[in-house]
Amino acid sequence: MTTALTKDHPFASMATEMLAHARSLGATEADVLVAEGDSVSVQVRLSAVDRLSKAREKSLGLRVFFGKRSASASTSDFSKESVARLVTDTCALAKEVAEDEFSGLPEAESMTQDFPDLQLFDTTNLSVEQEIDLARRAETAALDADARITNSEGAECSASHGTVLLANHHGFIGAHQSSTYSLSTSPIAKDPEHDGMQRDSWYTVKRKYEALESPESVGKEAARRALRRLGGRKISTQQVPVVFDQETAQSLLGHLASAVSGYSLYKGASFLIGQLGKRLAPEFVTVYDDGRMPGGLGSRPFDGEGLATRKTGVIENGLLTSYLLDTYSGRKLGMSSTGNASRGVGDSPSVGPTNLYLVPGSVSPADIIGSVKRGLYVTELIGFGVNMLTGDYSRGAAGFWIENGELAYPVEEITIAGNLKQIFADIEVVGDDLEFRHRVACPTLKIREMMVAGN
Amino acid sequence: MERSASPQLSDFSLQERDVQHALGRAKTRDIDYADIYFESNISESVSMEEGIVKRAVKHVGQGAGVRATAGEKTGFAYSDDLSQEDLAIAADTARYIAQSPQGEEPIAVTHCLAPTQDLYPLKQPISEIATKERVALLYLIDRVARGYDPRISKVMASFSTEQKAVIVANSDGQIVGDIQPLSRLQVTCIAEEGQNHQVGSYGGGGRVEFSYYFENDRAEEFAREAARQAILNLQAVDAPAGVMPVVLGGGWPGILLHEAIGHGLEADFNRRKTSAFSDMIGQRVASDVCTIVDDGTLPFRRGSLNMDDEGTPTSQTVLIEKGVLRGYITDRLNAKLLGIPLTGNGRREDFRSIVLPRMTNTFMLAGESDPDDIIRSVKKGLYAVSFGGGQVDITNGKFVFSASEAYLIEDGKVTRPVKGATLIGSGPDILKEVSMVGHDLKLDEGIGTCGKEGQSVPVGVGLPTLRIDEITVGGTNVG
Repeated sequence: MTTALTKDHPFASMATEMLAHARSLGATEADVLVAEGDSVSVQVRLSAVDRLSKAREKSLGLRVFFGKRSASASTSDFSKESVARLVTDTCALAKEVAEDEFSGLPEAESMTQDFPDLQLFDTTNLSVEQEIDLARRAETAALDADARITNSEGAECSASHGTVLLANHHGFIGAHQSSTYSLSTSPIAKDPEHDGMQRDSWYTVKRKYEALESPESVGKEAARRALRRLGGRKISTQQVPVVFDQETAQSLLGHLASAVSGYSLYKGASFLIGQLGKRLAPEFVTVYDDGRMPGGLGSRPFDGEGLATRKTGVIENGLLTSYLLDTYSGRKLGMSSTGNASRGVGDSPSVGPTNLYLVPGSVSPADIIGSVKRGLYVTELIGFGVNMLTGDYSRGAAGFWIENGELAYPVEEITIAGNLKQIFADIEVVGDDLEFRHRVACPTLKIREMMVAGN
Repeated sequence: MERSASPQLSDFSLQERDVQHALGRAKTRDIDYADIYFESNISESVSMEEGIVKRAVKHVGQGAGVRATAGEKTGFAYSDDLSQEDLAIAADTARYIAQSPQGEEPIAVTHCLAPTQDLYPLKQPISEIATKERVALLYLIDRVARGYDPRISKVMASFSTEQKAVIVANSDGQIVGDIQPLSRLQVTCIAEEGQNHQVGSYGGGGRVEFSYYFENDRAEEFAREAARQAILNLQAVDAPAGVMPVVLGGGWPGILLHEAIGHGLEADFNRRKTSAFSDMIGQRVASDVCTIVDDGTLPFRRGSLNMDDEGTPTSQTVLIEKGVLRGYITDRLNAKLLGIPLTGNGRREDFRSIVLPRMTNTFMLAGESDPDDIIRSVKKGLYAVSFGGGQVDITNGKFVFSASEAYLIEDGKVTRPVKGATLIGSGPDILKEVSMVGHDLKLDEGIGTCGKEGQSVPVGVGLPTLRIDEITVGGTNVG
């Protein structure tokens, strides 16, 4: 149970002592974040063990407020002297910065009292041998899938367990445990008929070990993805409909997440400034951020400030209905936090999505591709050509040329360009294939038209 | 001679004996090599927005990573506790890779040597600069950037410093340490004109003194540059799309080399034959006007190091000589397995990370063309002088990078600014398209960070003005 863990946790007393120490030095408010974890990971390549890593680490961070002045500091050294020095250093640092009228902890009464079990923790300890076996099986499945799979960047299996504890001046103490298990492999395909090699990868990542996909299915999918890239060609520069597969559509939703972050908005660095309540996408588009989805990779009972996580409608029926906020960015914008404070130990909070997803439609990916006469199916994006302030978008891409509703041949070394605002407005079809492979998940999307640059 | 600045084991509350035992425990009969990397790190960052410095963040940390290699295998463990017990546990984990019993004999290590070069002799450690002075620097930036043009509506700036003390002890009995300062000043401006909002960014730094930022009004220059770019982008038109000649300006556009060539020449990919450049040593991969080096020995630069993270002194490595591929950049493991020289490119983000072959400062040597002639030679194309980031798929060699300041070239003249231009090409092909190289080699200002396997390390790049005859530009305008 989360609450029981909270009371008994050995870090709880350390945190409360730090808060008292900061108070004694004149701090008007403070919070402490402690994280500890361990992980074991193995990499195999061509069936031999390539790398074995084990780690155990911990860190603690303190944020103090002297009225409206604030500073943060962190350390991995938990000795009494080091912790005491951290408190005095942080207090000294806070006096050097300017007053900021919006700074401070959330209101005392807004701290969460409710710590649901979100199914984020699995005690399964994989032995090194088990991890080696899983990684080998995934890689072997890829290597055995086809004679054209000639090499491999290897396979990796890892398991990690961690605890996060947050305590603040309001008497709030919360802790939660989580685990992550993952398995991936990256085969390389080569074919005498074509120049060069192609690599692709596939993976599975879950909170619970039992939920991992089988190594064999991960390996086969990785091989299928590498093979289908062989013989990629360039296409000529033109404007065509573009279909984003799940993996690439997810990145569009990631850009949406940065654009609706309270920090991008109050800094004037988002193309969605002033768009709240306005139409952003067609009516059939709805996007939620849900921090309490059981087993979710982005789930947690409370956010980086101790506020309850929740389900927020970001886009509902095509209208932009909410930004994602923490206390500070909310105050700046005259709104309330949405429980999206995200925070590294020793840093002040910022905003991050929890589990952000676009609600699936009813058309299968095959039918979406089938609806395109001539166009592009994008399966890979590289580069960083996204301007969050203007929404201008131009990225390297690879995928398939669609001819009369069929995937005709692989394409590469092209770019796709447009503007994110237009891209969201131009969503024509939403696929039925939502799968939570990341904290941000999206079904296949068809965009009416984009500029493709090639020959 | 020892430099006084060299860190000692006692700085980590360790004795030689502890290190000797841990190394002995890790290095057994079946282990080829073992090392321990000790790191302590102090970093501080202040940031400004909306005209006030409202955030200050400090981090103090230390830890050790223990590694053992056997053939191609690596065992690795790290701990942020440096007790004898924790080092022993880490050594046991690292050794596990060879499945061999615990070693008993301590390994003698000579006491801490300093590296043979001193590329960043600083009079005052940057960690000793008072927060007050850092804060004052940011207020100066704000004033200068806003003063540049009334259309500058927002100014954001941050100043970050780091001081790393590292010691590497290895099973060959070497122990060597280095103190590695690093700082960076970054400025971002937003310009507004009606509904048109545009952004400009500039910055720089290195392993430099605090006074560096004030020499030749450097910090003010960074502020003006960021403001100038934002204002310029207000009148930028949509970038063209399609294949065309592109002229790259000197300095930061050198990330072309980093993405298109550098990553593909890292020895790990070539040992595994997963790079588009595998088995191409001695072959022509660029036009004969191209000579490209990776050089970790340039004083005070962001990508430079006295020694890499395995204790090997950094060096200058010729990657491409007059168009012919000459060498890879290596760490110990890959140099040994490939039977090629150690180049001092074994780098890691911190004690939590494994060593990988990584670039330092990667640049093309100056050529003979006049930069103005290079622009004049283009009838219709793009002139790109500043970039955001880039990325490469090393297996097929496809790379992209995105321009943050670029112009159209029309009839040999630089004309309108364009926005949103992304360049995409193929590493093994692109340098064959380079037909002219300027005599104006410039290194970047010191802002580069390279990501690989989730690890970030500071790097530098450089380029003279050059002409690429054909490359695909991804814009929205077919014009």
